[in-house]
Amino acid sequence: MAARLRQRIGPLVIVEAGAFALILALALSSLQTALAVAGRLRRSPVLAGAAEGSAIAAALAVAVAFAALIFAFVVSDFSVANVAANSHTDKPMLYKVAGAWGSHEGSLLLWCLVLTGFGAVLARARNLPFRLKTSAVATQGTLGVLFLAFAVFTSSPFERLNPAPFQGASLNPLLQDPALAFHPPLLYAGYVGFSVCFSLAVAALIEGRANSAFWPAWGRWVRPWALASWAFLTVGITLGAFWAYYELGWGGWWFWDPVENASFMPWLAGAALLHSAVVTERRGALAGWTTFLALLAFTFSMLGAFLVRSGVLTSVHAFAVDPQRGLMLLAILGGTAGLAFALFAWRAPQLKGGGLFAPVSREGALVLNNLFLTAACATVLLGTLYPLILEAANGSTISVGPPYFALTFVPLMAAAFLILPAGPLLAWKRGDLKGVTQRLAVAAGLAILLAFAGWLVFEPRKALSAAGLGLGAWLILGALAETAERIRLFRAPLGETLRRAKALPLGAWGTTLAHAGLGVFVLGAVVETGYRVEAARPIAVGQTIEAGPWTVRLNDVRIVEGPNYLAERGRLTVTLRSGAAPREITAERRFFPAGGQTTTEVGLDFRGLDDVYVVLGERGRTTAGAPAWNVRVWWNPWARLIFLGPAIMALGGVLSLLDRRLRLGVARRKAAA
Amino acid sequence: MSRVLLIAAVALGLIAGPAASQEPPPAPDRPLANAAQEARAQALFDGIRCVVCQHEAIGDSPAVIAADMRGLVREQMAAGRSDAEIKRDLVRRYGDFVLFQPPVRVGTWLLWFGPFLIALAVAAVLLLQSRRRRTEIEALSPDEEARLADIMAEVDVRPDPDAKASDD
Repeated sequence: MAARLRQRIGPLVIVEAGAFALILALALSSLQTALAVAGRLRRSPVLAGAAEGSAIAAALAVAVAFAALIFAFVVSDFSVANVAANSHTDKPMLYKVAGAWGSHEGSLLLWCLVLTGFGAVLARARNLPFRLKTSAVATQGTLGVLFLAFAVFTSSPFERLNPAPFQGASLNPLLQDPALAFHPPLLYAGYVGFSVCFSLAVAALIEGRANSAFWPAWGRWVRPWALASWAFLTVGITLGAFWAYYELGWGGWWFWDPVENASFMPWLAGAALLHSAVVTERRGALAGWTTFLALLAFTFSMLGAFLVRSGVLTSVHAFAVDPQRGLMLLAILGGTAGLAFALFAWRAPQLKGGGLFAPVSREGALVLNNLFLTAACATVLLGTLYPLILEAANGSTISVGPPYFALTFVPLMAAAFLILPAGPLLAWKRGDLKGVTQRLAVAAGLAILLAFAGWLVFEPRKALSAAGLGLGAWLILGALAETAERIRLFRAPLGETLRRAKALPLGAWGTTLAHAGLGVFVLGAVVETGYRVEAARPIAVGQTIEAGPWTVRLNDVRIVEGPNYLAERGRLTVTLRSGAAPREITAERRFFPAGGQTTTEVGLDFRGLDDVYVVLGERGRTTAGAPAWNVRVWWNPWARLIFLGPAIMALGGVLSLLDRRLRLGVARRKAAA
Repeated sequence: MSRVLLIAAVALGLIAGPAASQEPPPAPDRPLANAAQEARAQALFDGIRCVVCQHEAIGDSPAVIAADMRGLVREQMAAGRSDAEIKRDLVRRYGDFVLFQPPVRVGTWLLWFGPFLIALAVAAVLLLQSRRRRTEIEALSPDEEARLADIMAEVDVRPDPDAKASDD
């Protein structure tokens, strides 16, 4: 009897337990903030310890709430409004689970989970001094309170429906994709990871002394967070771009859409922060600037959340269009960022700059990197918000799209890429520009040669694409030249080179990989954008369409039934013009009865670094009256590199993160000396 | 299931049914016979915004109006108009909103020149700072060098394989 009762009320209790756990998490976060503030003011380790315990408990409570939501999705409990609106019994299990973060409410809960989860890791950090840590825990707790309150009072995913519908409305079929199932968690790990940098920056502004020993240590504490967040964000954005590429069926991967920009701004600010934090860590310099970037990175994360969730933007991916919620998010954003930057304005003048350096030095190069990255970030911000501002100011509407960014963002980044390879070769404090030039001469020569070859081989009028080709090669070769220099490749005996390669810190390998990965990306982006070929027309079964060196033949079209959709599946054969190297691919048009939506499933033929990208369009008729399908074919040369490059960059970030020096730090080295 | 199948079939356009004809399907694209003109038209499609879509170019949008706009561009292209004339005509019909490249006028100066102004401003600040710094960095006097050498000898610094590397 008891067992049966439990079976019956189990699912009910679990959802209510989730709702309760979410409220409990809000209470615990409030407690965390209050205890940390009290602990800091009274200098009481007991109170501070209790605050840390609350932070861990809050994270556990949010985890319980999140697990409850996933459970509701897994069992398709349509009495929960969020499940009814975003799930369906026919949906594959992966997308039932992913549906938990497919909506505004669910993704906000995921946001809170990452926020409190990282807060718990911060609370458990052992190497932070008492004052700094307690202030950081208090700040992180405040952020937790704000976002949890927002979730509990305006966006609870546990709202019930009465009566419960018999079937759910299903998740947007475009989102039912493996890449997009993992895209939000990775993206949020990146976005919200910057919250810890934010909290550490606020704490440093409160506690920071003009003490030269403080800032290098602070730089070392903040850097792993910046690195990890940046690496997560890199993978998250790349997955999103990859999804847009093969799921939306428009042949592209980035369109400077406002929501894409919203995720790109924290990435740029984070990249600047990473580099600036290196200077602060190694030389104690740029303390004010690094704190500023740490505040900025999370501010951009919050701005992104606001832009996506408030409905102020017209974008393909904006969701939860609700001005009321947008207003609350704007209040959270304005309040936290406003206070933090006010604190910065007040305290920054008191931050003493650390080590001095000549303009030509590692520090100088990193400062230039920061100059270009922040200017590029400001460009993205301008381009994203300007149409809104202009419309509010005088009612005129404009569109800011790819041509604008090609003329502003791209030159700024190109300038940064020109100087990038020199940076890691320059010594700290005072660099030897002549020596660096000599060491990079071979790389520069090869890059120029490649650009020239590209200019001759491809259409001569695409001089800019050829220049981009050279720039990508310059980044890769420059990064390799730096490592070759450090392990004295071909200059010392092989044994010596191997010994040096082993002794090289992981962080140095990480730098090389990240910079080379950027070059790989640039090569892919430039070649794909500059040299791709597109062809589209209605073809009947048996007819062919040509794009670049490829010929695509439509073999047949059949109707197939998927788990929760029906599709027209076209089988196509991709061959070279000569008919050589045939390969069969399928492209689909899927219809999802649950939501009444139609999506395309792109047919992708991977040919080395290139893609032959085929979209099966609507059914029509040929001029002769036979049934025909609108087939669009793209030849996307080197498209593979666009997604491979960022993966290499993220791997570089992970390697740097594993560097012993980041964990043990300078203190241990000094002790050893 | 058979009913669902039927609905799906209708929606996919496999069966011409009354349910499918709520909105007429977009007019099929008829590429221009002149290959050079067609290539120019395709290039224009990427910079023109579908006016009912959310940040999509007419070249990528499945919307009916996007197809109409493509047709319009091709029509004018065939009539021998230049790219600039076609764009001007589109702006006349739909406003600046229709082009992904915003115009350069008083209201958009900040948009166009802001990025470079920001870069210049930051560069100017950095330059001023470094000039001030340069005066601060001075070489050690011979006396100081000698003292430094003494200290280094006393502390017995462990040889570091990285010491000469640019990393440290």
